[in-house]
Amino acid sequence: MSKLNRRDFLKLTGVGTLAAAGTLAGCAGPGANGSAARAKVVVVGGGPGGATAAKYLRMVDPTIDVTLIEANPQYHTCFMSNEVIAGERSLDSIAFGYDGLKKHGVKVVHDYVTAIDAGARTITTKGGNTFHYDRAIVSPGVDFQWDAIEGYSEAAAERMPHAWKAGPQTALLRRQLEAMPNGGTVAIVAPPNPYRCPPGPYERASLIAQYLKHHKPRSKVLVLDPKDKFSKQGLFTAGWKNRYGYGTGNSLIEWVSGAQGGKIESVDPANMTLQAAVESFKADVVNVIPPQKPGKIAFAAGLVNEKGWCPVDKKTFESQIHPLIHVLGDASDATAMPKSGYSANVQAKVCAMAVADLLGDRTPGDPSYMNTCYSIVGHDYGISVSVVYSLDETANSIVGVKGAGGLTPADASPEFLKREMHYAHGWFANITNDMFG
Amino acid sequence: MNITPIKRLLLAGGLAFSATTLAAPSAEMLANTCAACHGTNGNSVAATPSLAGTSADYFVETMQAFKDGTRKATVMDRIAKGYTDEELAAMAGYFAAQKPVPMQQAYTPVKANLGKQLHQDYCEKCHEEGGRAAEDAAPLAGQSMLYLSYSMEDFHAGHREAPKKMARRVREMFESHGQAGIEALMHYYAAQQ
Repeated sequence: MSKLNRRDFLKLTGVGTLAAAGTLAGCAGPGANGSAARAKVVVVGGGPGGATAAKYLRMVDPTIDVTLIEANPQYHTCFMSNEVIAGERSLDSIAFGYDGLKKHGVKVVHDYVTAIDAGARTITTKGGNTFHYDRAIVSPGVDFQWDAIEGYSEAAAERMPHAWKAGPQTALLRRQLEAMPNGGTVAIVAPPNPYRCPPGPYERASLIAQYLKHHKPRSKVLVLDPKDKFSKQGLFTAGWKNRYGYGTGNSLIEWVSGAQGGKIESVDPANMTLQAAVESFKADVVNVIPPQKPGKIAFAAGLVNEKGWCPVDKKTFESQIHPLIHVLGDASDATAMPKSGYSANVQAKVCAMAVADLLGDRTPGDPSYMNTCYSIVGHDYGISVSVVYSLDETANSIVGVKGAGGLTPADASPEFLKREMHYAHGWFANITNDMFG
Repeated sequence: MNITPIKRLLLAGGLAFSATTLAAPSAEMLANTCAACHGTNGNSVAATPSLAGTSADYFVETMQAFKDGTRKATVMDRIAKGYTDEELAAMAGYFAAQKPVPMQQAYTPVKANLGKQLHQDYCEKCHEEGGRAAEDAAPLAGQSMLYLSYSMEDFHAGHREAPKKMARRVREMFESHGQAGIEALMHYYAAQQ
């Protein structure tokens, strides 16, 4: 149906010819149907948001020509990378290639996007190629504010890994934990809001504690936080009490809030020290999760506003700065949704369906969004938060549906928590298959 | 195929509320948000149950039970409350129309053979075609063995209400074959790939 509508539109109006001419220049190859010009969408970034958008665009309307540009041949998911750090799973088990997308007819190009010209509707890469688009979807994820913590830098991250973009950094933090002597201290410097995966630093503390408990029981995890509260705090602290002696003199985890002086101002990688406003800390392994901002291309393309993120129309994820460019996932300002893999996956579907409608000259349908974040506290111990969202179109804001969603109950039984761990793993298998399969 | 009145309503559901000013996401839009846990088009590859091919009646009944708390859940009770009856009906229609793809999983052929016999004797009357088809019951064939074992535990613990007929049949099966019988049934459903 969508195919006919778009074709009819192109046939019946002169407006289509402009787009068609541009499309032919960008994509000279024969279309699936041989003749008519196909609408061309270029997706920048092959993470959860970009991969899902590219795949679902092809599923929604196979006549659309979709090119995905991603620098790396594989994507390592941030989700479940804490299990890699804790030695529970291999790095390979969180690595995904792009063959699945190719089977859906997505043209995958491994190159690095350096510029987007919103006026000319072209995308330029480091490799020297130029791609024309009718609509672009940009899903660049996050970049770090390297200058926010004095002494921290890309070079310092080789000594004090962030491990907040999975891959070599994940493996590095794992190796450091393995090399650490029994009795050592692991410091996690948590980031200020907003950042990718709000419960992530605390899941990381949990799973590192689990590793230490079984392999280096005289060690401990020190979470240094600029915040005074965090995601799923009640559930995490209950889990830490249950598993890691939290609140006792022998706790494997200690959390220092902002009010208690947990905000780190500077680091010294040579001496492995961290300086807060009052106190200084020393640790054997230091994981600095820096403050975050949208990925580089969002800035290069002028998609970021004064608030520091990419403002979008929540119904279509079209940029409010540059029309015909859609931005989704961590880089967008799609609050109240958290910056999570599930959010990016759902936003990509809302966006893909809207883009197909817009290219077919149809009014985009009403969106629906949801997010479920699982965290693993330890073996057979999972917790979750879930929210169903709808659009408040007048306010251009995504709002949680009243009376729905919420956290794992505080009195959940051990059986309940065990199932949540299994469902967390089930979620991982399904969401990665939905993105890359 | 028997078209029940509720199903007729569901099939028409996609258009029924599009004229109102209230937001009305399409069935496809709503269902797509489930895929992260339940798999693309409702075909799961892991512990979360598959929804593809589930009868619309059973889907709605289940979601209502999550909503009103008569069926216990980990997250689905929280999630089900986020949707109107019309939205649930739309999702039900969507998933009922999807072709089920059985999950790839390990099983023991000997147990699966015993399970096949037990299924014929105790379950086939409602969970027809070896548990693949059902007008008013859960699809069992091709579901995750872990999920099916959770379901049986829930029936046993009273966290989920079994229809009287089912409770009786399961009890009879259990009295003759014990836990090994339950296990054999799981392997039979897992074997259908």
